[in-house]
Amino acid sequence: MRNILAIAGLAFASLALSACELAPKTSTQNGYRGTGMDTIKVNAKPADADVVPPPPYDQPSTEGPRAGAAYKNVQVLGDVSEEQFTYTMAALTQWVAPEQGCNYCHNPANLASDELYTKVVARKMLQMTRNLNQNWGQHVAKTGVTCWTCHRGQPVPANYWTMPGGAKNGIIGNKHGQNDPIPASAYASLPNASLASYLTGDPKIDQNIRVNSDGMHPTTANKTSVMETEKSYALMMHVSKSLGVNCTFCHNGNSFQSWSSSNPQRATAWYGVRMVRDVNSNYMTPLASVFPAKRKGPEGDTFKVNCTTCHQGKNKPMGGYKMAKDYPALWGPEKAVAPAAPVAAVTTQ
Amino acid sequence: MATYQNIFTQVQLRGEPEAGVAMAPGSEPRIQATSFNHLMGLIGHAQLGPVYLGWTGVASLIMGFFAIEIIGLNMLASVNWNPIQFVRMLPWLSLEPPGPEYGFSPFVPLAKGGWYILAGFLLTSSILLWVVRTYTRARALGMGSHVAWAFLSAVWLYLVLGFIRPAFMGSWSEAVPFGIFPHLDWTAAFSIRYGNLFYNPFHALSIAFLYGSTLLFAMHGATILAVGRYGGEREIEQITDRGTASERAALFWRWTMGFNATMESIHRWAWWFAVLTTLTGGIGILLTGTVVDNWYLWAQQHGYAPAYPDTGVVDPATLGSAGQ
Repeated sequence: MRNILAIAGLAFASLALSACELAPKTSTQNGYRGTGMDTIKVNAKPADADVVPPPPYDQPSTEGPRAGAAYKNVQVLGDVSEEQFTYTMAALTQWVAPEQGCNYCHNPANLASDELYTKVVARKMLQMTRNLNQNWGQHVAKTGVTCWTCHRGQPVPANYWTMPGGAKNGIIGNKHGQNDPIPASAYASLPNASLASYLTGDPKIDQNIRVNSDGMHPTTANKTSVMETEKSYALMMHVSKSLGVNCTFCHNGNSFQSWSSSNPQRATAWYGVRMVRDVNSNYMTPLASVFPAKRKGPEGDTFKVNCTTCHQGKNKPMGGYKMAKDYPALWGPEKAVAPAAPVAAVTTQ
Repeated sequence: MATYQNIFTQVQLRGEPEAGVAMAPGSEPRIQATSFNHLMGLIGHAQLGPVYLGWTGVASLIMGFFAIEIIGLNMLASVNWNPIQFVRMLPWLSLEPPGPEYGFSPFVPLAKGGWYILAGFLLTSSILLWVVRTYTRARALGMGSHVAWAFLSAVWLYLVLGFIRPAFMGSWSEAVPFGIFPHLDWTAAFSIRYGNLFYNPFHALSIAFLYGSTLLFAMHGATILAVGRYGGEREIEQITDRGTASERAALFWRWTMGFNATMESIHRWAWWFAVLTTLTGGIGILLTGTVVDNWYLWAQQHGYAPAYPDTGVVDPATLGSAGQ
């Protein structure tokens, strides 16, 4: 009897602990004492370190003739030196198409040609990168972004999302846009359309992420339902999962609403949400006529960016490594470009 | 197991089943079938039946069956009638209440939440019939109606969540979905929407009574088991006729903490703690969104939300447009 109990006990203990993380962890206090504002991380193994590709060669001079004068059809990087231009192109190839090489975007017989859709996309992405580094310092700070921040050596970044299907009729196969574990809702039963609600559309218009009332009694000013709140909650779970942090990294749990008891990271995230909305609305979605069908979701929309696209489980992408400082061409002003013929329809900013 | 420590060692007898007292005049007949089950005998009494079902029991079971059936078949339909996906996805699946566009109208297309209203009606009827059943059976045995009232307290919380509060808010969409993870996500979202339910004093009371219930249950269960070797499990007899087990149990707590409940009062303690858990919980839920919209601000106003040092972080929405 005692043996059976011991074996059963051992079996139960090992089962119960199988989901536990036993590795050594580091706990950092990041808020006022007693509020549970701690960040607990499993100590990184050397294998977890981010591999950031070094510059292709020593950074060349920013002096000399401009790329726009030296080459034809250079619409975004025309203001950098010719040497900087080729240096940036070499790095870009390594970041986005290391296996395919230059010809992934260029016709080798005529490098200036826009006949490959990938070149039109790359131009838009260069505009986007400059926009992020120039105008979104509240989120990317002086660290900035490069193509590598998202692409990590792949033509299509590993983490993207597309629009979920619209509302269905009837009950067969109808999960009412939720109750379906997907990464965008952190595998909860929360609504799947949360990213679509908050990460698309005009970056200047708030999509009512805030659900709390400003006064203590009900008024007509805030009619947000619990159902709608679930969307906001799903977005927050997405941010949390993407950054590898919990709620208290940004918020004091006693009031998710109060800014004066929140951490500065909450403001960074606030700008981040709007930055992603800018990226999706002004850079990804306008490429709808350029991308082929295989680069679109089941609803026919372009692949879109979310927090995971860059962050990939780290609260600072690549552990905050300042990679973009080596590429001055990515920091220039964003240029309006002429619509590319014949693929066309690349809207200007 | 140390069953030898009890005077009344549980020997599973097999013989003529115990039929119980005679039925009161006007009673419906019981289902006379009886049997013995060894496994049931290990956790309780080995004899099963006779059962008094009555019309309330029959109606309750039928309505409950249809409620569960509607919920289960809706879930099964949502995975295209695939039984493997049904099992695999069960924790995520749910029967959702109607959307806000239907208000609190009882006439909602079945696929848009009508099934939810129907399942809720059937489940509520089933539960209320069961309350009636616990009441009439207790009366038939000459007992007090404590079980029925305690059950009603739980029904109160259930009805506040799924019917009374949605009625006050004027929208079915405020009701809790039928589903494992979905109802948990609803609970978390509910607290987020109304500025942290922990600052709702009735929620706080409910938690205090809930945790108190477990504490009382642990203390009482432990005490009675500990005096089992003196026949302490015969609680009912010992309420009227104190024996050595009762005396020791009382003495133990008086020695330990200077005060002891009595064989009778400990059950009142437990009953009230359990009943007040759902009673106060229901009040707290009913006030949320109807009277109070932000419990954190309410608690600040009433001086019981702690104030922490200002972190100096300013709402970026007040600082001009983003990305400029």
